[in-house]
Amino acid sequence: MKVAINLDKAQVAEMYRQMALIRLFEEQCARQYQQGKIRGFLHLYIGQEAVAVGAMSVTRKDDYVITSYRDHGHAIAKGIHPNAVMAELFGKVTGCSGGKGGSMHLFDIEKRFMGGHAIVAGQMPLACGLGLAIKRKKEDSAVLCFFGDGAVNEGYFHESLNLASLWKLPVIFFLENNMYGMGTLVSRARAAGKDIYLAADAYNIPAAQIDGMDVAAVREATAEALKRVRTGDGPVFIEAMTYRFRGHSMSDASYYRESSEVEREQVRDPIPAFKKLAVTEGLISEKELAQIDKEVEAAVTESIKFANESPNPPMEALFEHIIAS
Amino acid sequence: MAEIIMREAIARGLREALDKDERAFIMGEDVGAYQGAYAVTKGFFEKYGPERVRDTPIAEGVMVGAGVGAAMAGQRPIVEIMTINFLLLGIDQVVNHAAKLRYMSNGQLEVPLIIRTVTGGGAQLAATHSQSFEGWFASVPGIKVAIPSDPYDALGLFRSALDERDPVIFAEHALLYGFKGEVPDAPYKVPFGQAAVKREGKDITLVAYGRMVHVAQNAAKLFAEMGKQAEVIDVRTLRPLDLDTIVKSVKKTNRCIVVEEVWETGGFGSWIAQSVQEAAFDDLDGPVGHVGGLDVPAPYNGVLEAAAIPDAKRVLQKAKELFGM
Repeated sequence: MKVAINLDKAQVAEMYRQMALIRLFEEQCARQYQQGKIRGFLHLYIGQEAVAVGAMSVTRKDDYVITSYRDHGHAIAKGIHPNAVMAELFGKVTGCSGGKGGSMHLFDIEKRFMGGHAIVAGQMPLACGLGLAIKRKKEDSAVLCFFGDGAVNEGYFHESLNLASLWKLPVIFFLENNMYGMGTLVSRARAAGKDIYLAADAYNIPAAQIDGMDVAAVREATAEALKRVRTGDGPVFIEAMTYRFRGHSMSDASYYRESSEVEREQVRDPIPAFKKLAVTEGLISEKELAQIDKEVEAAVTESIKFANESPNPPMEALFEHIIAS
Repeated sequence: MAEIIMREAIARGLREALDKDERAFIMGEDVGAYQGAYAVTKGFFEKYGPERVRDTPIAEGVMVGAGVGAAMAGQRPIVEIMTINFLLLGIDQVVNHAAKLRYMSNGQLEVPLIIRTVTGGGAQLAATHSQSFEGWFASVPGIKVAIPSDPYDALGLFRSALDERDPVIFAEHALLYGFKGEVPDAPYKVPFGQAAVKREGKDITLVAYGRMVHVAQNAAKLFAEMGKQAEVIDVRTLRPLDLDTIVKSVKKTNRCIVVEEVWETGGFGSWIAQSVQEAAFDDLDGPVGHVGGLDVPAPYNGVLEAAAIPDAKRVLQKAKELFGM
């Protein structure tokens, strides 16, 4: 965490609000899962909030965001209402995918949130295509493509970096390195070990490694990357070093790491760190923080109520939207 | 009305696509400067330039995926995959992404993507270059599969593919590119989901697609020499499948054999045979026959290869076994 934040009061409040919202939302998701309200696979974003919030804070409405199955944080940060996300997790018709996508497949095309995608690295070629469409239309919007360290050993990763660089596509490849591809430590899965961002050099893509626990650093790096991408100079690669405090999914028994490791990493927790710094710098008061916490709690409670009270999709939905007609 | 070869019919469809819609573009391996591996896009690079006719790296995953992504953003990509054997490297993008996005996004997304690819054996290209996977794709809800057997259908089906708002696999049999046929100068289309009666008869229905339509035609000629009239039905699109035309024919002839080039085990024709059985059981004089490729990897040796691919003789033999014809 840097010693000073280059943010104004309103920005600090908003970024704190979003991180706190995602954190509480995810904690409540875990509870709803245990109660059987949420089924299937559930991958929580707890610990990584600074990445989605920092990155999204400098994007425009017409920028595309596409990500993996750990997508609740990106969806909320991109502006999808928590009610619509929670309802989707409950499988309800009011969910952002009509109850047919679930946790791993959130969509809101109007907001240019182009999906959570559940095949590891599968969203990377799609990001190239979105970038190609932008380029063909001669627009200056960008694609933010999020993926985890587990994706970097897939063929798609290499194919996509190559194509995006070759064709100078406006894509930010945003690696959230949370150290584990499911339960396998990066160094046990990748011959070149850590510093994955160096791989971008092989494709002639400028790359940086940043502290993914520092929301201000993520914001700055993203703003810098967007500048380049919008000028048509081609993709940028960002590796945000982060950590997930919960398991890979709810069915993860965490055999592969010591609880002491998680405790050690929790010192880097992006939310208390940001809070402390912002208060020290006089950018926000304890009272304001408490007020935001209260609002966030109300929003999450409301989302659960909304999801609970929403109906299931009608039986006709089973056959809807398979093909155009 | 002029007689042209199937390669030219498809090229005409492609030129129409590029001429009428700025959103349309072609991408694939060696579609441009090389003029197309099967010369379908000969002259396109000069006429339309590298932005509309895009040479890609040899990387089917990102090739198909970028097509899906561009379609998600409103473009009309036409991706050429040199052979359907190579499409196995892009099959995840077809099955897990293109086919699912409309449904999982609850209708927010659509993927108007055409994948042109070459299918089939018979050119002594051995086991990895001679396969027929169009039926695999046809078993997946959310995509459409067209497979023309002559120039008229090739152009007519391609024009319909351009109107589709769903992903289309357009399978072209390698041995049919030089096949000649009449194609009207006046505009026409061949709708998806409408099988063609290519030859009328009253004694047996032969159902086929792609090059096997010609095998069925040859069989029909042999039947005629024996004083039997075979009706030949060209399915033209595997999905949507026009079962009505087939069943109507079977109700007239009371006998049916499905002929396809893919291996007999699990072939798409087995599904057609089963569907006919259910729909026309009381009208059948015997079981519905199925003639497919022998269950062997395609051998290089020409004599062996020819023995593995269905021919008219095997169709007749099957008719003799089942119906004593």
